[in-house]
Amino acid sequence: MKPRPFDYLRPRSVDEAIEALAEHGDKARVLAGGQSLVAMLNFRLLAPQALIDIGGLEELDDIRRADGRLEIGAAVTQNRLLAEPGLARELPLLAAALPFVGHFQTRNRGTVCGSVAHADPSAEIPLVLAMLEGEVVLRSARGTRNAAADEFQRGMLATSRAPDELIVAVTLPLRTSKRVAFREVARRQGDFAIVAVAAMVEEECVRIGVGGIADRPAVRRIAARGESDIAQALDALALELGGYDDLHASARMRRDLLRRIGPIVVREALACAA
Amino acid sequence: MSAIGTSGADEAHPLLGKPVRRIEDRALLMGRGRYVDDLPVDRRTLHAHIVRSPHAHAIIARIDAAPALACAGIHAVITGEDVRRLTDPFLVAVKERIPQWALAVGRVRYVGEPVALVLADNRYLAEDAAELIAVEYEPLPAVVDARAALATGAPLIHEEAGTNELSVRRFIYGDPDGAFAAADARVSTDIAYPRNSFTPIECFVVVAEYDIADDSYDAIANFQGPFSIHPVMARALRVPGTRLRLRTPADSGGSFGTKLAVFPHIVLMCIASRIAGRPVKWVEDRLEHLQAASTGPARIATAEAAVTREGRILALRFDAIEDYGAFLRAPMPGPLYRMHGASTGAYDVAHLAVTNRVVLTNTMPAGLIRGFGGPQHYLALERLVQRIAAELNLDPLDVIRRNLVRDFPYRAAAGALYDSGDYARAVETAIGDGRLASLRQRQKEARAAGRPFGIGFAAVVEPGLSNMGYLSTLLTAEARERAGPKNGAVSLATVAIDPLGAVAVSADVPVEGQGHATVLAQIVADELGLSVEDVRVNLEIDTAKDAWSIASGTYSSRFAPGTAVAAHLAARRMRDRLAAIAAKQLNVLRDDIEFAGGKVRSRGNPDNALSFARVAGTAHWSPVLLPDDVPPSLRETASWSPPELEPPSPDDRINTSLTYGFVFDFCGVEIDPATFTARVDRYVTMHDAGRLINPMLADGQVRGAFVQGLAAALFEEFVYDENGAFLSGTFADYLVPTASEVPPLEILHIHSPSPLTPLGAKGLAEGNCMSVPACIANAIADALGIADVNLPATPKRLHALMAGPERPA
Repeated sequence: MKPRPFDYLRPRSVDEAIEALAEHGDKARVLAGGQSLVAMLNFRLLAPQALIDIGGLEELDDIRRADGRLEIGAAVTQNRLLAEPGLARELPLLAAALPFVGHFQTRNRGTVCGSVAHADPSAEIPLVLAMLEGEVVLRSARGTRNAAADEFQRGMLATSRAPDELIVAVTLPLRTSKRVAFREVARRQGDFAIVAVAAMVEEECVRIGVGGIADRPAVRRIAARGESDIAQALDALALELGGYDDLHASARMRRDLLRRIGPIVVREALACAA
Repeated sequence: MSAIGTSGADEAHPLLGKPVRRIEDRALLMGRGRYVDDLPVDRRTLHAHIVRSPHAHAIIARIDAAPALACAGIHAVITGEDVRRLTDPFLVAVKERIPQWALAVGRVRYVGEPVALVLADNRYLAEDAAELIAVEYEPLPAVVDARAALATGAPLIHEEAGTNELSVRRFIYGDPDGAFAAADARVSTDIAYPRNSFTPIECFVVVAEYDIADDSYDAIANFQGPFSIHPVMARALRVPGTRLRLRTPADSGGSFGTKLAVFPHIVLMCIASRIAGRPVKWVEDRLEHLQAASTGPARIATAEAAVTREGRILALRFDAIEDYGAFLRAPMPGPLYRMHGASTGAYDVAHLAVTNRVVLTNTMPAGLIRGFGGPQHYLALERLVQRIAAELNLDPLDVIRRNLVRDFPYRAAAGALYDSGDYARAVETAIGDGRLASLRQRQKEARAAGRPFGIGFAAVVEPGLSNMGYLSTLLTAEARERAGPKNGAVSLATVAIDPLGAVAVSADVPVEGQGHATVLAQIVADELGLSVEDVRVNLEIDTAKDAWSIASGTYSSRFAPGTAVAAHLAARRMRDRLAAIAAKQLNVLRDDIEFAGGKVRSRGNPDNALSFARVAGTAHWSPVLLPDDVPPSLRETASWSPPELEPPSPDDRINTSLTYGFVFDFCGVEIDPATFTARVDRYVTMHDAGRLINPMLADGQVRGAFVQGLAAALFEEFVYDENGAFLSGTFADYLVPTASEVPPLEILHIHSPSPLTPLGAKGLAEGNCMSVPACIANAIADALGIADVNLPATPKRLHALMAGPERPA
């Protein structure tokens, strides 16, 4: 469990990081908190020629508010965001989901953007990003672009990031409605979710986000007229998403978890005072 | 010998029975533990990496190590051919021609089997070079299921043996056939106990060095014993035992049995050092540990009872198929025989039939694991008791009560001598104070609300200090006759006092974290009238210098009934010697001497006293002052070998252990219909382990065993697919419960001191590993109204039971 040799680069600025990425392209990996990447290196699942460590870049270690959005820099750890004053008011869904991300110790190192970059279909942060219609800010020598969450995460551990692009931040529109709920089913506290469900009440409908069943988070709007409508909609969504078998759950079990947890989460969201 | 109270300290033994705080913890909490990996090594030391088989079963056609050897920093690549040239196969209990070596020779038989060893300047270089070693495999069909391995035409794991069934033995005690013929009813159940292990925080570590000057090996490793494996290693290395010096470190990060299985790696690193001419160090990583260190054996068993209408058990039958993986590694098949004498468990049953089959499959070899046969056996027996109740429409608790052993000592059908107990009182005390009544109320409420909720029970007799002869039960009486008797269990401890009166203790138990040093200090301090701080305990073992026997090691709950007794005896002898010295100087009779508060004094006239240090110093500095019958040495090594551990009788009765404690558990389990997750609502465990030397450490053992029992019941399993691919190689797949998954545990004790150990203490480290899987399985069966429960009862398995046709919720 030792990684293959690699060059370790520690750029002093985002510009230097982007230069390094331009030079190494897909032969390089960006290291931030390392909570997934380092394990993959040690398993020799990945063997990059270079690691570009952006963890210490102050310009990325910032949480900003502008134009009704929260911008979370690429070096911001999950625990730093969780401790951000006002988060529960400005983004109650994000605040509800973050405690489910790994363990306290891994959140001390793991970054918000790192979780988005890793694109695990069961991960909480990409699910919340999709639910809230957040964007990923990517910068390269060619310029800066914002990718909508849905367009960024393409599948299992797959994103639309080009090899020379650095994720510098994610941004989320502030959604202060408290009528949200989040639950997940995992084997143990801190494990990746088998199924994660988020709900957010909108006018006339409820927005539902589901992780762990398809190869990326799925977000749908369902009518919130009655229990049986909700059950039918969740059943249809379960069948649409399909699911997959692994050691801890069958595809059928994943669908059943959505059918059973989904209504609880919707009810919880509806029960919240606005 | 003075009498010792039943449950607490007495005047002569103020520390016995006290929750003395662990003297080990200061170092551990400060990060100053001394594990093998922390110890300094010679700067010429090479680092080893093991190349492992990706196949469950394959011929090794060719190994080309040249590209690896061409890399900078690579010193050697060792293969099965080197191992065959320099070592002999490991000895095993079953005399079949299935040679096993420290590296695969000619063929691999499980995923993860060591195939080659790379020696390099550091581990990184070794792993880089390992990727360049070309091993040509010719894959063969594999078999991972024990029943399939027994079928005609199954792939043979070892062609030389001609079968995958290495041993079958049938045992009859009393007249089981007659009892079954005459019974009101017969009830049977099938169980499958999964492959699992209890993973230590620290994996295996070995540093080995060959000394060419006198053809000897010196190894330090976090080996846990039993030291009966030392001769196995020495024989493999073709040296007398004195030329294999094995040392164990001051600290080891848990073992739970697994660190027996470091032994093939000790031999491998020894010959690696010989080949390379340098010391060799190997640190096992987590991937290696999970896929290839060792597993508890999987067992498929049928248990059957002949019963009366009232649920009285007249006879029992067990038919067990135990899967030991690709090799039978010493001291396997121990788990199939460790419980043998106590096969009837907590119940008074005169007629018994047992069939034991030892089977090999293309999976990692089985080894020691806490519980060692008990979890497997009690899952069968206690599930059977629950089935008797279900089929006869009785309360399971009444079935337990009707069958409990009541008179002690009790000789069980297969030979165990239950030394003491009061099982009925333990059961009634456990359920008392409204504990069971309130659980039944919760069950009623949950069921009324449509939530599956079950109550489970388990009654378990817990063995302590194994009879070293029990494994020979697997041989026929004639074969045993030819080989000569095997029996006993020798425990050893040494007490020494230096010229300033400082007391040092060593003993035959490598450290795994239990707190043995604390207990030894308590015992010795008590005898010598000192405090715990006055006694320094060193449990690093050096086979070249320390007292050890084949029974040495930390396993089979042998500390309290074994090593603790040896320490007590050594301290007692030391006390007698010091009393004789002091009596002469104080001019009093030896019987008038007492030890208290650091003084050796006249009981009748406490002012007539000498300091403890002064008396000790006399032996060192002034032999002229000693009584004629007192030798001038202040080093006492005592051995303890209880006579009750007899060899198997000609009719196969065997007293498998010295002490037999009692554990009675009950629990409530609710199954969440939304998440298919079993949640332990309440868990009560009652123990009778005789006298508790340190009740705080006893409760620590109970808690640890409970968590591991819970792990086996709900979380942990080594999973192979049907082709032998290993699917649970990381902690994301092999799920160890964390603090968040562990429910509160209510621990109760009663005390029936063992009449067979001077301290009255029994072993108690494994009981809950044995009781908890059965108790939780019984609760799940009750919750879902089902006859068969497969462990671990994961959400995936519970979903399959509960799901029904697919439809909207």
